[in-house]
Amino acid sequence: MSLGYVYSEFEVVRDIQKCINCHICEKECANEVHSFSSKHKIMLADDTKCVNCHRCVEKCPVRALKIVKTNHAFRENGNWNENLIKQIFKQSQEGGVLLSSMGNPNKEPIYWDKILLNASQVTNPPIDPLREPMETKVFLGKKTDKIERDENNNIINNLSAGIELNTPIMFSAMSYGSVSYNTHMCLAKSAKELGICYNTGEGGLHKDLYEYGKNTIVQVASGRFGVHKDYLNAGVAIEIKMGQGAKPGIGGHLPGNKIVEDVSKTRMIPKGADAISPAPHHDIYSIEDLRQLIYSLKEATDYKKPILVKVAAVHNISAIASGIARSGADIIVIDGYRGGTGAAPTMIRDNVGIPIELALASVDQRLRDEGIRHKVSLVVGGSIRSSADVVKAIALGADAVYIGTAALLALGCHLCRSCQTGKCNWGIATQQPDLVKRLDTEIGTQRLINLINAWTHEIKEMMGGMGINSIEALKGNRLMLRGIGLNDRELSILGIKHAGE
Amino acid sequence: MKIDALELNFHQLNNKIKECQDEKIKIVNCCGHRYLASGSSSKIIEIEGVPGNALGCYLDGSEIFVNNNVQDATGDTMNDGGIYIYGMAGDATGYAMRGGEILIHGDIGYRAGIHMKEYQDKKPVIVVGGTAGSFLGEYQAGGIIVVLGLNCENKIPVGNFCGVGMHGGKIFLRSDVRPKNLSDKVVCKIADEGDLNDIKDIINKFCNIFNESYEQVMSKSFYVITPNSNSPYKQLYTMN
Amino acid sequence: MLKEGQFRNLSGCAISGIFSKDGTAIKGDKIIKSIKIMHDRSNGLGGGFAGYGIYPEYKDNYAFHVFYDSLKSKKECEEFLDRHFEIVNLSKIPTKKVASITDEPLIWRYFVNPLPHKLVDSQLEEREFVCRCVNKVNTFIDGAYIFSSGKNMGVFKAVGYPEDVGEFYRLDEYEGYCWTAHGRYPTNTPGWWGGAHPFALLDYSVVHNGEISSYDANRRYIEMFGYKCNLLTDTEVITYIFDYLLRRKKLTPKESSLVVSAPFWSTIDKLPQNEKEQLTYLRNMFSGLLITGPFSIILGYEGGMMALNDRLKLRSMVVGEKDNMVYIASEESAIRVIEPNLDKIWSPKGGEAVIVELNK
Repeated sequence: MSLGYVYSEFEVVRDIQKCINCHICEKECANEVHSFSSKHKIMLADDTKCVNCHRCVEKCPVRALKIVKTNHAFRENGNWNENLIKQIFKQSQEGGVLLSSMGNPNKEPIYWDKILLNASQVTNPPIDPLREPMETKVFLGKKTDKIERDENNNIINNLSAGIELNTPIMFSAMSYGSVSYNTHMCLAKSAKELGICYNTGEGGLHKDLYEYGKNTIVQVASGRFGVHKDYLNAGVAIEIKMGQGAKPGIGGHLPGNKIVEDVSKTRMIPKGADAISPAPHHDIYSIEDLRQLIYSLKEATDYKKPILVKVAAVHNISAIASGIARSGADIIVIDGYRGGTGAAPTMIRDNVGIPIELALASVDQRLRDEGIRHKVSLVVGGSIRSSADVVKAIALGADAVYIGTAALLALGCHLCRSCQTGKCNWGIATQQPDLVKRLDTEIGTQRLINLINAWTHEIKEMMGGMGINSIEALKGNRLMLRGIGLNDRELSILGIKHAGE
Repeated sequence: MKIDALELNFHQLNNKIKECQDEKIKIVNCCGHRYLASGSSSKIIEIEGVPGNALGCYLDGSEIFVNNNVQDATGDTMNDGGIYIYGMAGDATGYAMRGGEILIHGDIGYRAGIHMKEYQDKKPVIVVGGTAGSFLGEYQAGGIIVVLGLNCENKIPVGNFCGVGMHGGKIFLRSDVRPKNLSDKVVCKIADEGDLNDIKDIINKFCNIFNESYEQVMSKSFYVITPNSNSPYKQLYTMN
Repeated sequence: MLKEGQFRNLSGCAISGIFSKDGTAIKGDKIIKSIKIMHDRSNGLGGGFAGYGIYPEYKDNYAFHVFYDSLKSKKECEEFLDRHFEIVNLSKIPTKKVASITDEPLIWRYFVNPLPHKLVDSQLEEREFVCRCVNKVNTFIDGAYIFSSGKNMGVFKAVGYPEDVGEFYRLDEYEGYCWTAHGRYPTNTPGWWGGAHPFALLDYSVVHNGEISSYDANRRYIEMFGYKCNLLTDTEVITYIFDYLLRRKKLTPKESSLVVSAPFWSTIDKLPQNEKEQLTYLRNMFSGLLITGPFSIILGYEGGMMALNDRLKLRSMVVGEKDNMVYIASEESAIRVIEPNLDKIWSPKGGEAVIVELNK
């Protein structure tokens, strides 16, 4: 055995008695795990190639397959866990920066799970959302200070352009290139049906998707891919991406092999060329430069599009957010360190940034302390996993949330965390035409609609239990939250009381 | 149409430019007005004074002539058209520009042409008559940057870290001396006839606009810098 | 024991209001009679009244009603008032011993005007100056609490049943064009008299019934604009909301009702375009001030009174009219007991503001 060999993490278990040698598993696996042994007339599996994406398991017509975690083990060690050991093996073999995808998988504190919601008992009534009206409509955007009236004393609408959402959930930025055309199509179509928005990510907007403009947020990142005047005017809003929760302080690198014909057209770069997004916007080295980019976009779009500024949740986030609010941004987006990515250096993904719950709580409070919370909307992302997370985020102070991973799961992602290979068997994080077509856009669209509708109903149930019949009255309503198993410092940052208080 | 910018803020001035039906516009008393002609597509704009940052951002076909210097981020994310500057230009000129041309008679600041890219028939060009600051063509992915060094005949007309992260396009430096401190991720050689064919037309245009002698400009040798085709990025990563 | 403000004291209540549109004087015993019949809606832990037009001889001065825990706090507060105001008149508020009203603080009344040079130095509008001074006393002078600060109006409140509180303050000796009353049913004792209602700021006074579910969303929003919710009660935050919308944002009472008790989007969507735009604007602009959960409130202000229910109408409220008189109460009985022969009686819809103002 050479030193380069690392025992696979998973084992493919095939029930030979059930297997009918139909070769479907072989055809379905882009990682080439399965093969047929003509000598023994049985299907074989190369466990080392398996990423545990469950594609073969779900497609096996006779249910002959399952994937198990190997029980092949290193000697137990509380300090040197298996992942660390394997990382060292891999790096000493290849000499590269460890590259991972999707969100931080480590067992970090998840504050959502340590926050409990309130319900009405006696002193005021809970509301049944099936029978009573229950409102989830949200407007994102800046509010003005002054009420202006016309000569008839009617109030003049002096609000700048904003975003209207039927429910406070949007699909976060995932670029065409990092995800497939079909993925974008599903996101766009379902966003239109749901009355919410999806986000193009930094890879431009495919010409087929311009018709979903009213439900599109176009992104401008440091690479400025596909950014031109028509693109800026195509959506309802423009998001400046300063950072991403999974990789704060890091740019992006989409390898040339993912820049296929259509991606090339959309990004407006040659086919096969690497697409590199620098770590900073090189026209933004300071907060006053951010104002410059915001207003350059506003000028280019005649002030018809609200500007979102997306930043990763980092240590000084509340001061940063306050600066952004004063720079002309209409909406601030904060992305927590558990957020997903198509590819990020493992060390960055797992060690840089802070949890979204704490970032949100401190930003919301800081903006209120400064008396400017109403001048900007706050959207958070970075691992919103359920409708309860949404409710808790809004009660902590968010106007709306972004979901990325949850949306991909609805489309078939099994969180195998192998996006960086470009061989997504579910047709999501890939540009291989044979794989892309596996994602049926009709079905995918419907699944996203189902998910958001189900979450919205759950949000209404939870609001109803609290006796709240409109989402505005939940926003920043921290008395509806209590902590469990949190220390005083954590409670004070979250601005909530402990359960029992 | 002539617009006096003296009493106008940038928003008012931009609105006037947008509303103006004339093809030709002259702006006088310009001083620090930002985002001029942003996204503009079919005008010829002459500016007297020093326009503010992000002049011609997202420019989409218009031509801008500035009789003086310009500040930072000129031609940011420009798509088409031309910006012609009789003086100097500040930092991050032509950031992420995809098409069109920016010609500067004088010097240019740091990070010019950063992340410039090309696409199909769109091939952005920056020509600098004077010298360029450091990080010229950082992350360059396409297009052409030419630095003539007309005012510094015996020195290298560019600062440090030229072409770092470059993965496309070409940088031409008119110099007798080979630029120092170049990264091993780029290749630097004396431009041959084939290379020079890429820039002859634009240099001609430069000389016509700024009244320089084409023969004199072309009399000196050019170094051309291109990315090292042994793509270095892939070896950087280990799948985890 | 924790005092009101140190914990959130959830309450149920009774409210009542009387308004004379032609300004005819109404004696205070009338409102006592009205609130008394709803005795079982209170539990003896708080009662109070607000009267408008009761100080005609001092109608151009701010009338401060103050509770003091001690002579020390009185001295400290009076020194503060001296520095900021011209004190036109001061006296103890006349009271009468009532067996069920105990633990009374020192209760004083001051008619004041801001000192002109202090006002100029502050660069504030006069009412904002007064408002901030009141806030300062209530926040920083321990044991002093200004619970009424409007012109030609006054709040009278205590821990006890409202009818006993009325008798204690000898309200039959006052007369005004408008009265509101409150009988409180808190789940916990407020611990001090300042916790009783009405809650008032300048000439805005609020009596309220119900527990709102939007409390912390409203509190955290309004606190951005210099208000400090010290008492943690719904009534306090509602008063601040109306002060903000009416005085600072210059909305009309009707518009402010459309903010706090906004129509549902489904209703707004069916309205004519310009009305739809106005309502959408108000909801969008002041989304943090939507109040949800059960409430019925009576807002008193100079020259007017507004009654408002939550938009689902989770609390009871009845309005009666007789000639120039308008009566509003949690229960019809509270109106019938003082005016058996009404011209008209109805229950306003959820979110439908009833606004009465003095005839001009």
